[in-house]
Amino acid sequence: MSHDHSLNPETMPHNPEKATLEGKNKFLGLWFFLGGETVLFASLFGTYLALKNSTAGGPSSEELFGLELVFIMTMLLLTSSLTSVYAMYHMKNNDFKKMQLWLGITGLLGLAFLSLEIYEFYHYIHDYGFTFRSSAFGSAFYTLVGFHGGHVLFGLCWLTAIMVRNAKRGLNLYNAPKFNTFSLYWHFIDVVWVFIFTVVYLMGKVG
Amino acid sequence: MANNTNTGNPDTFHKQKHKDEMIKQLITFVLMIVFTIIAFVVVLTGMDKFFAIPLLLLLAVVQVGFQFYYFMHMKDKGHEMPSLMIYGGIGAAIVTVLALTLIIWW
Repeated sequence: MSHDHSLNPETMPHNPEKATLEGKNKFLGLWFFLGGETVLFASLFGTYLALKNSTAGGPSSEELFGLELVFIMTMLLLTSSLTSVYAMYHMKNNDFKKMQLWLGITGLLGLAFLSLEIYEFYHYIHDYGFTFRSSAFGSAFYTLVGFHGGHVLFGLCWLTAIMVRNAKRGLNLYNAPKFNTFSLYWHFIDVVWVFIFTVVYLMGKVG
Repeated sequence: MANNTNTGNPDTFHKQKHKDEMIKQLITFVLMIVFTIIAFVVVLTGMDKFFAIPLLLLLAVVQVGFQFYYFMHMKDKGHEMPSLMIYGGIGAAIVTVLALTLIIWW
């Protein structure tokens, strides 16, 4: 990239993620995507709410869910949202190494979250025989929560890709928008999780 | 491939501005943790569901607001289009949830 001085300026602008037209477009494009994602998750939430009492004689949400695990998962994902804020803070201060460090921590927290989710599903399937096919409640639950887990997995792959690809490049106007769009996406995953732990787990426990 | 990590570091004024912003975000984070704990406590105390469910939803909405406005910077200038898109999404989302639940419950 060193031949292109427009992307490697002498002094970094104050908002490197929105300094180029491509950066602005990436920013708008991601928000447009998130608007669509909101509707997609809403359709899964609507389905879940409509079918959550159709247990077909299987375990109900009150019997199934354990709040300890969900609490730990929530804390992990909330904290990973903060660490990605730290990463963007260092991006704006043009400190590439610290940005990479905080992105790395974000990724590890995301991985821990995902591992707990896999453990949770394994626990339901093995100890309760509660599967995707056991009832309408099961199908709706695994589709909604699994779709969110899939988003976490996709986010982790995305994060790894941009961290590895730009490891030697340092921060410039070409990749700053990429890091920024990732961080917005990661916050959105947390937004969805806030509704999942509220609507699925907490409201599932209340009845 | 030039390593330009250390070129053009922001001046003290902007560094301070970023720091102030970071402090606000830390406060936001602490509030989000507190709201999460309140939500879990509400469920553990076995509050009546006619109070508990609206309270839980309210806590979730406030948390998501923090996430959008502080962590995702929707409070900053130049976020008219993002607001339009996300509120458009939320509008359609509410209709979707109502439609799907009402169709089955009635």
